[in-house]
Amino acid sequence: MRVTLFSTCLVDLFYSNVGISTVELLEKLGCEVDYPKGQICCGQPAYNSGYKKDAKTAMKQLIKTFDDAEYVVTPSGSCALMLREYGHIFADDEKWAARSKALSVKTYELTDFIVNVLGIDSIPSTLQGKAVFHTSCHMTRLLGVKEEPKLLLSNVEKLEMKPLANAQNCCGFGGTFSVKMGDISAEMVQEKTRSIQEADVDYVIGADCGCLMNIGGRLKREKQDVEVLHIAEVLNRGMGV
Amino acid sequence: MSIKIKEGKFKDRVTDEMKNDFMRKAVSGAQDSLGNRRLTSTDKLGDWESWRTAGSEIRKHTIDNLVHYLSMLSEQISAKGGHVYFAETDEDARNYIKEVVRNKNATKVVKSKSMVTEEIGLNTALEEIGCEVVETDLGEYILQVDDHDPPSHIVAPALHKKKEQIRDLFVEKLGYDKTEDPGELAKHARKMLREKFLGAEIGITGCNFAVAETGTICIVTNEGNARMVTTIPKTQITVMGMERLVPSLEDLDIMVSLLTRAAVGQPISSYVTLLNGPKAEEEVDGPEDLHVVIVDNGRSKILGTEFQDILNCIRCGACLNVCPVYRHIGGHSYGSIYQGPVGAVLTPLLDGYDDHKDLPYASTLCGACTDVCPVKIPLHDLLLKHRQEIVEQGGRAPISEKLLMKAFGFGASSGGLYESGTKIASVSLKMLLRNKETISNGPGMMKEWTNSKEFPTLKTSRFRDWMSKHESEKKHEER
Repeated sequence: MRVTLFSTCLVDLFYSNVGISTVELLEKLGCEVDYPKGQICCGQPAYNSGYKKDAKTAMKQLIKTFDDAEYVVTPSGSCALMLREYGHIFADDEKWAARSKALSVKTYELTDFIVNVLGIDSIPSTLQGKAVFHTSCHMTRLLGVKEEPKLLLSNVEKLEMKPLANAQNCCGFGGTFSVKMGDISAEMVQEKTRSIQEADVDYVIGADCGCLMNIGGRLKREKQDVEVLHIAEVLNRGMGV
Repeated sequence: MSIKIKEGKFKDRVTDEMKNDFMRKAVSGAQDSLGNRRLTSTDKLGDWESWRTAGSEIRKHTIDNLVHYLSMLSEQISAKGGHVYFAETDEDARNYIKEVVRNKNATKVVKSKSMVTEEIGLNTALEEIGCEVVETDLGEYILQVDDHDPPSHIVAPALHKKKEQIRDLFVEKLGYDKTEDPGELAKHARKMLREKFLGAEIGITGCNFAVAETGTICIVTNEGNARMVTTIPKTQITVMGMERLVPSLEDLDIMVSLLTRAAVGQPISSYVTLLNGPKAEEEVDGPEDLHVVIVDNGRSKILGTEFQDILNCIRCGACLNVCPVYRHIGGHSYGSIYQGPVGAVLTPLLDGYDDHKDLPYASTLCGACTDVCPVKIPLHDLLLKHRQEIVEQGGRAPISEKLLMKAFGFGASSGGLYESGTKIASVSLKMLLRNKETISNGPGMMKEWTNSKEFPTLKTSRFRDWMSKHESEKKHEER
């Protein structure tokens, strides 16, 4: 199956390991991964700050880039959600309505794609230790991808998943919120890292690099010995084919 | 009091409020316990999602046909001998109520809890004409005794107050001489209030729902104070926001089922009071004279706009109880009598952006509010619409931010710009780094981040560089 990867700007610039793991994982699962270079950013930083016009400029770039894709897969619940919104955002724009809707329909978050399109719920991977899963708000509540990552993680060998107190509460990232309302964001992430500390784990696993950058940044400041991993990195670990 | 409760900047208020450890503990504790109670009570009801859908449809239908149902309500109340007054502004509402009070030569007023009377600044207006106005909801009473401290939660207005603080307050103001035991405190308040009830000439209430088909006023409380307010005084004035109605008693049943569960996790509150007009000849109690004041105060301007869904709100406060921002900053930070996500949507609509333009940004758009809302108001979407409004029409966004977003638009739509830009950024970030893996003390906007967190560095090679190599290796293998 041909899959077009939307790496997201965060992965491209800061977390190339997540991109690499995503590609290797999809290839091991039998996909042919295509990466059109015209892709940049889904437009969410501008869109969620209220800059609809500037965001649309970025969105059109992605729509053009992914016109020929069969499936667009991205290792981010939040960016997948943004792409799913394109159809609504351009609904009244004659020139872009059909193309944007087509992109929305064929876009999938990585674990959603693996479980619901490829029909795979167990991937032979190994990670020794205890972990909590951070349920990102956009992915869980708004995109509705809740069980898929948990299902995949439950089948990782030697990995013990532990509950996280107040898991449903946002980590305080919120895109530009984290720099517009830095003080509030700080309190939110500190409550999150306290819960992580109390859970007594080796890893925090998530499916969105924004949240992981936020939580990881705070864990590092606190010098907590907890490794932050994207789910693609976990599923790609120790996976021999 | 009016909608705006505090002067100054949002960020300064947040800084102050976040220092209040007691408040923060009280708010997070209330969120956790109310959250659990809500889930238990909604689970027991069966398919909560269908209930939400039903509630949302009733509210949408009512607001879409607001004029129709308001005139039906008005006819029904009038037919039962009540008086209905439509107040276009807060001033109109105050003036009408003052007139009723003056005509009765009354000076003693008791009130049950009502947000809309706070919104129109009713207490101050009545005090100015020589009335004693007594709040009888325990939380509101505590705040009133404390020199009109503003509410910090729509449903639990005194949530930010410690029991020890309340004891000290009662000792100072009410001649109390016992402990901080909540039971004893409540007993004392009840004793004080009992005298006020018995001597009151006018009872003022809010209105959870008015039923258009029957002219019924429904008031939901746990303390029973609204029963006292509506049975003892000879005159009753009910003040309602113009959106607070439902078509029929069947609809009311669904709305009350949603309200008490969403608000406090109770299947039903201790008292659900249904009032049908002034006292009829054969009845033994109730007001001889009933006035229903229907307040617009900016609501009709919301009708027909993309913000209309906010008029579906039933003031249950559930969105406050799940909001991770409210959790840390508390109610007073919002500077409005309406706090949390609903407050951040509603306040700028009713009172303008000038004093409240920061509120729509006090959210990570995490969607917890939208998810919990018993009538499915897309609260996080409405917050986003406010941001768009502020940027596109208001001209209130900072110029630096506008330029940044313009640059974002260019950068994220041009392959060439992105290509060179990310390389330049990579170099300049590295200069800040001095061989560290992360940035601990960033400049400008980044400081907001690095005050509490490390910021990652740009990688020497971007993911797309690896991908190009990977793709050519693959091609090579194929050959």
